[in-house]
Amino acid sequence: MGGKFEARKVTAISKINPVTSWIRFDGDIYAQPGQFVMVWLPKIGEKPFSIAELNPLGLLVVDVGPFSHALQALQVGDSLWVKGPLGQGFSITGERLLLVGGGYGSAPLLALAKKARAQNITVDVCLGARSEAGLLLSDAFLELGCQVSYATEDGSLGWHGLVTDIVEQKIQAIAYDLLCACGPTGLLSALSNICKTHRLDNQLSWEAHMRCGMGLCGSCLVSQNIDELLPVGWLACYDGPVFYQKFRD
Amino acid sequence: MKHDPDISVKLGRLSLKNPLVLASGVMGTSPELLHRVALSGAGAVTAKSCGPTLRTGHPNPVMVAWEHGLLNAIGLTNPGVDDEVKLLMDAKQRLNPLNVPLIASIFAGSAEEFGEVASIVAEAEPDLVEVNISCPNVHDDFGLPFAADAKSAAAVTRAVKQKIGGIPIAVKLAPNVPDIGRIAKSVVDAGSDVITAINTMPGMVIDVDAAQPVLHNRSGGLSGPALKPIAVRCVAEIAQFVDVPIIGTGGVLTGRDAAEMMMAGATAVGVGSALWYRGPDAIKLIKAELQDFLRENGYKSVCEIFRKAL
Repeated sequence: MGGKFEARKVTAISKINPVTSWIRFDGDIYAQPGQFVMVWLPKIGEKPFSIAELNPLGLLVVDVGPFSHALQALQVGDSLWVKGPLGQGFSITGERLLLVGGGYGSAPLLALAKKARAQNITVDVCLGARSEAGLLLSDAFLELGCQVSYATEDGSLGWHGLVTDIVEQKIQAIAYDLLCACGPTGLLSALSNICKTHRLDNQLSWEAHMRCGMGLCGSCLVSQNIDELLPVGWLACYDGPVFYQKFRD
Repeated sequence: MKHDPDISVKLGRLSLKNPLVLASGVMGTSPELLHRVALSGAGAVTAKSCGPTLRTGHPNPVMVAWEHGLLNAIGLTNPGVDDEVKLLMDAKQRLNPLNVPLIASIFAGSAEEFGEVASIVAEAEPDLVEVNISCPNVHDDFGLPFAADAKSAAAVTRAVKQKIGGIPIAVKLAPNVPDIGRIAKSVVDAGSDVITAINTMPGMVIDVDAAQPVLHNRSGGLSGPALKPIAVRCVAEIAQFVDVPIIGTGGVLTGRDAAEMMMAGATAVGVGSALWYRGPDAIKLIKAELQDFLRENGYKSVCEIFRKAL
């Protein structure tokens, strides 16, 4: 069970843009793509992170506050503590996947794309952000042989508008077996509706304020007010973060 | 044809479909989560404790598993009693059709303040109000728990009883006292209708690689399997001192654990950490196992095992 902390050493740390680092650790993690870990830095704090790479464990860290700032200041050889893997991740079904990432939501999708490509599954990726600088990991998806489309709200790269626009276009043009997505709640709600209309099976990774990460404190409830398709009392840390919605047999 | 054993119990004035009660603190204060646990088959559900005002709780880490249990210091996160009343009303509407009683839980910093919180929480008309005088994780804000001393425990009980408007109350006791039976007697004499025993046990887990306590609060409340023998002893001792029903809580993970707690003198059985060990539907599993245990041992009713080991 994943309820204990385990020390891990940083083996590599690289900046992928001015505020975002890729941190790699010693050793693999036996997890599904989409599962997450709680990361503890003694005397500083603890936060949840989705797993961006399984072999070896890798995390995408964006400098948004004191904790992520401290993580980015780590040096190769430093230790941090990891609890997990926790929750339910993505489960690949079918021959053709559409992955949709909003901003930093592309991190867990990279681990998923890697696993799917290893099984020779066709993977199309739609990435959306406010501007080009917010589109993350696109080279990594391309290296895996994914077809990648972009949408930016300011039009700085790809489609000028919302990522849901290009998702609609792709779904109408191509018969996907499954849509997997990670990103802000508004994006996921919109995708949930699009999939409902097209009766497309989907797995959406919801974000919520996590505290214990162990299904006990109740902080990470994703309410039915956010998506009526969720069951009553759905916990992002235990039942999720990924929710499976099936329309087809 | 063999009939299923009767597992309904009377907890004072309350009728419970089965003895399994969601322990306070687990799943927080959200009506949707209490609803979910009720749907999983709980006999009653307890909301997380609320106090006079909003508390965000302690910074992370707030919970960790260790070899024989869990350790947590959430820090009484709650929206404050005024907002909690609205949540309890919503929860009650969800639970009523399921015939699952709602237990509210309150805490405060003084006997007088306990009375004030009690008078507000009573507006939601919960079926029972648990009086949490034993949280081990808020010393910095509230000092020594009232549960540590028979006189203070009785003073809080009287204050709540005066303001609660006839709703039955259950004072929740701490395990780390020299004489829990005497403390139980003093709160029952002061008007407690039910006893909840026990709260978590103060503990600390240090990560030796980090050379630091794991929890941000440094110490926390120990629960899970390691707590069970402590809870069973406390319940057995309380059952010798008082006649009121006891909600026996601490480390119950299986139907046999629940039977053990009842044999020690518990009328109902709190379930908390089991939701980590066995998932959010733990109560459904424990209930089926309790029924199996009763059937296999020829008991027709769960009442037959009550106090059987005393």
